[in-house]
This record gives sequence, structure tokens and C-alpha cells, in this order.
Amino acid sequence: MRNSNTISKGIDWSMVLLYAALVTIGVLMIFANEYKEGENIFDPVLNQSRDYGKQALWVGICSVLAIFILLTDSKFFTATANLLYGFGIMLCLAALFVGSEVKGSKSWLVLGGFRLQPSELSKVFTCLALAKYISRQETNFSKIHSQIIGAAISLLPAVITIAQNETGLALVYFSFFLVMYREGLPPFILIAGASIAVILILSLIFSPQTLFIAYAAIAILVIFFTRKMFKRNRFLLWIIVAGWAVASIISSLAIPYLINNVMKPYQRDRIYSLVGKPYVPQDPVERAELEKLKSKSRGKSQNQSEYNVIQSKIAIGSGGLLGKGYLKGTQTRYDFVPEQRTDFIFCTIGEGFGFVGSIVFLSLYAVLLFRTIVIAERQRSTFSRVYAYGVASIFLFHITINICMTIGLAPVIGIPLPLVSYGGSSLLTFTILLFILIRLDADRQMILR
Amino acid sequence: MPEFNQSRKRVIQLIFFVVFLIIIGQLFNLQIISRKYAKLAEDNAIAKKIDYPSRGIIYDRKARAILDNVARFDLVVTPFQIKGVDTAVLCHLLNIDTAEFNKRMVTAIIKNGRYRPSIFEPFLSARLQAQLDENMYKLPGFDLSERPVRSYPYKAAAHILGYVAEVDTSIIRKSGYYYQMGDLVGRSGLEKSYEKVLMGQRGIKYLIKDNKNRIQGSFEKGVFDTASEAGRNLYSSVDIELQQLAEKLLTNKIGGIVAINPKTGGILAMASGPTYDPNDLAGAAFRKNWGRMALDTARPLYNRAIKGQYPPGSTFKPLGALIALDEGLITPSYGYPCNGAYYACGRPVKCEHAGHGHAASLRTALANSCNSYFSSIFRMAIDNPAYHNTIKGYLKWKEYMNAFGMGVRLGVDLPSEDHASVPDTSTYNRDFRFGRWNSCNILTLGIGQDRMTATPLQMANVMSIIANKGYYYVPHFVDSIENETPADTVFLAKYRQKHTVTNISDEAYQAVLEGMHDVTVYGTASFLKIPGVEYCAKTGTAQNPHGKNHSIFTCFAPRDNPKIAVSVVVENAGYGATWAGPIGTLLMEKFINDTISAQSMANFERVTKADLIPAAIKHWYYVKDSIRQAKLVVKEVNVDTVIEQPVVVPKKTTFDPEAEPNRKDTGEINLEKNSMLLPDDKKNKSDSSKHEK
Repeated sequence: MRNSNTISKGIDWSMVLLYAALVTIGVLMIFANEYKEGENIFDPVLNQSRDYGKQALWVGICSVLAIFILLTDSKFFTATANLLYGFGIMLCLAALFVGSEVKGSKSWLVLGGFRLQPSELSKVFTCLALAKYISRQETNFSKIHSQIIGAAISLLPAVITIAQNETGLALVYFSFFLVMYREGLPPFILIAGASIAVILILSLIFSPQTLFIAYAAIAILVIFFTRKMFKRNRFLLWIIVAGWAVASIISSLAIPYLINNVMKPYQRDRIYSLVGKPYVPQDPVERAELEKLKSKSRGKSQNQSEYNVIQSKIAIGSGGLLGKGYLKGTQTRYDFVPEQRTDFIFCTIGEGFGFVGSIVFLSLYAVLLFRTIVIAERQRSTFSRVYAYGVASIFLFHITINICMTIGLAPVIGIPLPLVSYGGSSLLTFTILLFILIRLDADRQMILR
Repeated sequence: MPEFNQSRKRVIQLIFFVVFLIIIGQLFNLQIISRKYAKLAEDNAIAKKIDYPSRGIIYDRKARAILDNVARFDLVVTPFQIKGVDTAVLCHLLNIDTAEFNKRMVTAIIKNGRYRPSIFEPFLSARLQAQLDENMYKLPGFDLSERPVRSYPYKAAAHILGYVAEVDTSIIRKSGYYYQMGDLVGRSGLEKSYEKVLMGQRGIKYLIKDNKNRIQGSFEKGVFDTASEAGRNLYSSVDIELQQLAEKLLTNKIGGIVAINPKTGGILAMASGPTYDPNDLAGAAFRKNWGRMALDTARPLYNRAIKGQYPPGSTFKPLGALIALDEGLITPSYGYPCNGAYYACGRPVKCEHAGHGHAASLRTALANSCNSYFSSIFRMAIDNPAYHNTIKGYLKWKEYMNAFGMGVRLGVDLPSEDHASVPDTSTYNRDFRFGRWNSCNILTLGIGQDRMTATPLQMANVMSIIANKGYYYVPHFVDSIENETPADTVFLAKYRQKHTVTNISDEAYQAVLEGMHDVTVYGTASFLKIPGVEYCAKTGTAQNPHGKNHSIFTCFAPRDNPKIAVSVVVENAGYGATWAGPIGTLLMEKFINDTISAQSMANFERVTKADLIPAAIKHWYYVKDSIRQAKLVVKEVNVDTVIEQPVVVPKKTTFDPEAEPNRKDTGEINLEKNSMLLPDDKKNKSDSSKHEK
């Protein structure tokens, strides 16, 4: 059907360029991390003895894959969306039940020397499936029926991922609510959901008494500023009071009850470590039990993540305005920041290039995201638009959580930086995600169903 | 198509925008506002290594190194980095237990804090250093740091050179925090006087380390490093062979020796007995030995040559003669009809000689050391009609004394020199009420007793003055400093300046010199000869409140154009000519002839073998040893039966009767022995009219 002239037709080259830039930065940063003075640079690429060599190989594989995706007919994605989604769920379940355990999480499938994390890939499939569902003419997000199915499609993989003990990856699926919001989900649900999430985190960090007072203060302030609207909307006051009551009940009663009476000590510990707060049980027996548990296996995890964040902040903070220069970062080059090639790759940028470099780097992502929205809004077919928003949401979530993690604004939940962090599965996923979007955008005049 | 939701695009864009704004805000906070992270990163990755330069070397007059450096290693620890240390390995290597390990860690933290390195084990042996080096990877937070340690190839001159030891807080404060805990600094002797010259300039190396504290190379290729500058060397006037001989001759004796080159003021030898091997206070040995030495009642750390205050006794007499001659009170032919004592002041002052004519002239009086003669001329000086009254006469006399360097600090280049004492009139005004004293009350000053004291250094300097006939250079050790700076020149200027003592005529000096020569021909030292050398000397047998007389000998040689002036004090030994005399002549012989002749060897043997330690001090050692023995026995007994046996610990005292003549012995230790040995102790010092000579 196509000849070589029409392959490149309609392709958004700015996206391809951004992709190439980010992937290159990734390899360079991993290299900066590993390279020791006086070593041969190219040998590790050939014999795959170093991470940057492996990453370079992955970049090669992904480039080939990207070309294949660009050669694929757009209709293929709409046609197989549901099928792929099912396939993704199957893979996730397979990993859960027959996969091998890596660092306490059962999310890996090992085939020969090749390791794959299906929960990474199923982000793409879920995105496609959601796009497929929303693009149906019957779907209407103001109806509860559509809302539930949409949520189910998004959250089914999340449930499986949580079962695999990969909480961080599971949280990504919640970003699809942003897509659903764009497609007509009442804002109330988004606001309520976000509020409850915030309240949950707050009730873990602060004491119930403090929060009770804080909620009351906020409620009074809101009533004060909205008092003129009460005449028009008689229920507004009651909504505010109800919101205040729900928040107070969650913080003061529900959460303490859940933690103290339902959860087991190790679960409590894990929950608290998620918000970066040390958990010290009041009951001495329980404390002893926990100590024992900690010393046994995952003991260091909590201290470890605290240490990671401190070291990461030191690395980024020491970069200053202009940074120490490429290959001159003392913290990132001498292994002070753990996991610095995967989750903490941003430290290398922050330390080496400082505030200015970080801004330039972030602006690449910002351009990518805003460009994605531009692309989304120019699609004729709903499928493509929803998919584009899905891509933007996933990218946003990853970028936000990852960078906030390194600068101490978010708990350490192990989420890679898209296209930059070391890791084949992650690079593969984001490449597929992005190039399907570019392919769909090339056919933006078509109506895809 | 729900086109009506187009406006929500703006909301999503706003969310994106806000997220990026938050991230940028936090980055701005971390990288621009907060400066602590740069510091933390530096602490993380940059190891500051102080490069201790080797201290300067001290050479003797023939450019032989009497003090050198050898490299030793310290094991240092940075407490906050020790997570994961293989304590078992470390304890095994250092042969300590875990409790000791913990104790040292706590000490290190208290001393220098958690983030700065402290010394964990100083001065490792070569073997231990190699073992630790191999196991370093098991010991994060520990490090080996090299530093040079002093060594003394001649095992001599401990009191001259002094010792280096770790700084204490007051030194750090005084230095304006230039020194850090654990630095070595000169604490006495030349090491202290010339600290600034010897220490050199410390260098700092900045090294990069990784998360496991392994050094990865130099930081920024070493652009911030400062090079250490080796300490500069000192060229001293000491003759190390003469020094060794002097120390050898003081074996088992308490006292001091000073030998000066009168032409330059350069000190050739300075010994203090008892002494110690300076290697005992170098490096690791310091901790082991210093405490013991500091508490030793014989005070081996005390430099008696510059701090010991001894009544000069008869060795003062040449000065008395010079004053009388200069004031025109006597002529060299003046004689005194002594028949065994000086009776003019009531209680007689005994004289060793009763023979007629032994004080017929100044020369014979000096040769025979006639007490009556010098008592008489002392009274003449004090009651000199030119000064109207006793006080004025005394002050004139004291002026002469101070000009001769008596009762004042000479300014030798060693720390804490003592000025000894030529009493002020206020002392006598207090003792006798104002103005109610006369030359008779202070009569024995004239024969170097009463309250007059002098250090061996001052006595030797007096000999220099007489040898030079009226001038001296301030006694000193350091002739020159390597690469002398202007500041050094200013410092050394006072040792290069000629001091002339009043305007005493050459004739007066010649008369005294003749008399002192006669001492060695037919006088008190006539049996002490130096083959082929004519020398001048004066013996002294000084009474003191602590026991037997001090044996004192001051001399210079050769008679014409003297090259060496010596003073010797041996405490509580007896006659000056018996012990101090041979020591003085042996030193002069060695220096001038470069060897000791066979006939003098007999004296050498006799002196070196003699044990003249006072009984009180021997008893102290005896008690100490028996207590140690008793403790050992108790320990052995305790193995089977636990008997709570109270161990009598002697009251520790650093009181040294020889060194502190003005202090009363409270008699708490060795009571019987001391009271037996020191019969005059409780008596009034001014009541010394029965002194005899």
C-alpha cells in the first residue's frame, strides 16, 4: 500500500527529535556515571560489560522497533487494541504466577537471557484499550456505567501490579483519570479522588489532632470566601460541611483504625516508609517483632531509601547554578547515590549541569508534553486523541514522581525517568508508546475507530 | 464527539505547568538558595589529607646530625564512616579487645568530633603497618597516615634538644587554631625554641574518594593542593662527642654541666643529671615513658644546667676579687692575715687553711680559696665609703653581679631558663627590718653562700667573661639557620652581639686569671692536670640546706687564648676538687686534645663509676620498687584467695630539694631519711654564719 515516499509523510519530526535528544542524554548520563578516567570508551559497548554499552544496544533495538512501528498501518492499533490489552493482562498474570522474583517483586518474565517486565509494557496496551473504549460512540462519561468500565480498564493492570509488589508502577495507572477527565469525566471525581489521596498521605504524616484543626480551619476559610454563593446554591454549605466531616473521619478514625487494628506490623512499616516516616510501634512486643523482621530481610529498605534521598539531594544541591561539568560530578561518579543509573539518573544531570542545565533538561520534557497535547487536539479521531492524552499522562506521572523523588518531594517508589533511565523494558515501553503516537498522528486526517 | 470538553485542555495544560513550576522551585531551593549541599558533597567525596613535612634536622658544630627523622605511620579513624568495620580483624591486629575499641572510638569522637579524623593508634610498627595496609578494605573510616618521627643517633643531648609531643588545647588556642589535635609540636628544648623554624609548612592534599571511602585520585588534578615545605635545619655549636662525654661523666650523679666557647658564646655541651635517652620520648615511646619521668623524684626531665639554682660557693670568689679590684679597694698584692677563720663579725667564719701566709696576696688567696680574705674584701665592697651606707654599697655590688650575668636570665635559646638569685635589698630589709642590716649580716655572700644562687650556665658564663677579660656573647646553641630569613636574623642578633662587662681593667682580670691559674698549679686543684695544657680554675664546695656539700668546679683552658669555659655542679657530692674537678678537666682535655690521655683515664674510670645519688632519692626508688614488688605478690596471691590487702601508695611528690632550695620539705615522704639527711632544713636560712670553707 505504501511506498517509501509516503512513510515519512505527516510524521511530526519535532517529536522524533525530542525522542532522540532524550535517549542520547540518557546514554551520556549513564556513561558519565560509569566511566573511570583512562578507560577505553568503546569496548564496553561491543562486549556489553557496562550499563552504558547495554543501554546503547537497547537504543539500537528501539530504533529498529520505532521504524517498524512507523511502517505499521494505523488501523492495526485500533483493530488489535483490545486483543493486546488481553495479551498484556495475560503476561502480567504469567509474571505473577510463574515469573521469577527480583528484589522482592514478582513482575519479571525471563526468557533465556532476556528479561522483561510485562507491567511496563501493559501501560501501552491499557492506553490503547482505553482509547478504543472511549472512542466508541456509546461511551459517555457523564454516565456512571461508562465511568465504571473506564476505571476498570485502567485499574485492572494496576491491581495485578500491586499483587506483584510493584506499588510504584501500579500508581501510574491512576494517571489515566486525567485522560478520562479530558473526555468528560465530571471534575468532581478527579477533585474528590485527589483530595482523598492527599488526605490519606497527610493522615500518615501528621497526627489526627493537628489534621482535625487544620481541616476545620480550611472549611471555615472556604465558607468565608464562598458565602455569597450560598443564596444561589443552597447545597454548597452542606457539601463543604460534609467534605470536612469525611476528611476528619478518614484522618481521625478510619486511618488509625486501619493501621492499628487491621494491618500487620510489616505492612504498617511499609506504608510508613512509603511516606518517608519512620514507624516506631508503641507496643514493645510488636517493636521487638518488627526489629527482628527488619534485621532479617528487607530490613535496610527504609533506611536505605532515606539515605538515597539525602545523597540525591546532596548531589543535585551541590551542582549549584552551573554545575560541576560533565564527568566532574563527585557524588554521581563515585557511587554516593545508589540506583543512580535507573531511578536517580536525574542526580547526574543536576550535579553536572546545575540549575541551568536542569532547567534546559526539564524544558525538553515540557516541550514534549505540550507538543503531545497539541498533537492530541489536532486529531480527527477520538481514538488518537485519547491515546495522545494517555501518553501525555503517563509521561507526566513518570517525570513528576521521578524528579520529585530525587529532590525529596515524593516518596521513593522506584519509577524510572522516561527515555533517560537505564533499563531495557522501560526504554522499550516509552519508545513504543511514543512512536505509536507519532504513527497515529501521521494519519491524523483519518477517522479511526 | 464530546467537543464541548475542549476547554479542559487548558486545565490539563495548567496542571502540567504547575507541576513543572513546583519542580523548578525545589531545584532553585536546592541548588541556588541552600549552600549546605555543596559543603556536604565536599565532605562526602573530598578527603583532606594533611601532608606533614619533616621537621628540620639539628647538626652539631662538625655538621653531624644529632637529631634525625624516620618515617612512621599512624592509624587514623573518622568515626562517622566506620559503618561496616570488621572490628574483629582490627582488634586482633592491634591486640585490643572490643571494650578498648569502643573506648578509643568514644575518645576519638570527644576529641575531634565524628566527622574529623582522629588518631586511633599512633606510631605503628613496620610490621603492624603492613598488616593493616593489607586489611584496609575491611576497615572503612580508617586510614594510614604517614608522619616522620624524631630519632637520635647519638642517644645524647636530651635536655638540649627537648622533645616533641602532641599539642594540647592551650597550644592550639595560642596558635590561633593553626595546630590541630594530634599535631606534634616542640614541647621543650630547642624543639620548642625553634618550633617555627623546625616545623616547616604543612601541605594539604585534596583527594577524591568514593562511597566506600576508597581514594580515587586527586581532586581537580591537585590544583587546590598546597605543597608541604620541609622544616629548616639548625646548625648548632654543640660538640656531640663532648656532650656524650659530659653525660657519661654525670652517670649516677645529680647536677649540671655547661661548656661554652668563650670566643663565640656557643655552648659546646650542656648536661643535666640524671638524663635520659631522647629516643625514649620519641614516637610511640613517649606515651610509655613520659608519665614515669615526670613523676620521678630525681626529675630527669628537669634541665639543671639552666634551671638548677646552686650556691656558687668559692667559685664566686674571682668575682668578689674583680669587684674589689675595680673599685680600687685592694691591689693584687693585698693580703689578709688569716689564721683559720674570719673573726671580725662575731661568730667566726672558718677557713680551710690555717697556715701562715696562705692569703698573703690575691693570687695565693685565690689559689688556697681563703674564706677570711674574701669575707674581708666583700665587707670592704659593701662598706665602701664612696657609697655612704650599706644599702647603697650593696646595690653597687649587686649592679656588678647583674653585669656578670648573675641573678638575671642570660637569654639562652632554650625555654624556661632560671635567673637564679642575687638577693635584692628588699629581701634583707624584710629579714632584718628596713636598714637594720650591715655587711656582717650578709657576710657569707662574699664566699658565694647566703642567699646567692647561680645556675651552671651562669657560672660557665662568668668563666667566659674572665677568660675573655671582660666581654661575653650570650650563651646559645644555634649558630645559624638554613636559609636564614630576616626574622631569623633578628632573633639570632642578640647572640651575635658582644657584651662588655663594665669597664674593669685588664690588669684586674690578669690578676684574677693568675690566681685561678695558681689554683691548678699549687692550689685546691693542683692534682688535676691536663697534659700539655695550662688552665685556670676555681673549685667550690657549696654548703646547702639539703645535705652534703655540692661539688662545684669552674674553669677555662688554655690559660692564654681560652677555647673552652666549663662549669660543673655535682649535687651533694663533697669537695669541689674531688668530683666536679676531674669532670671539668676531662671535658677540657677532650675538647682541646681531642682525646683523653692514659693518666686521665684513671680519673675517668673513677668518676663514671661513682654513684653519688643522694640517699633520699635512692630510698624513693627503693620504696617504689618494693611497692611494685608487693603489688605483684598481691596479684599472684589473688589468683587463689582474694585478700583485700591495702596497698600503701606513696604520696606522689614532685618536690625536688635540689631544684627548689627555697621550698620547705614538708617531710611527708621518707620522713626519717630526709630529716636525717637534711639537718639544717628547718633552720633559718639567713642563719648561716657558721659556714666554713
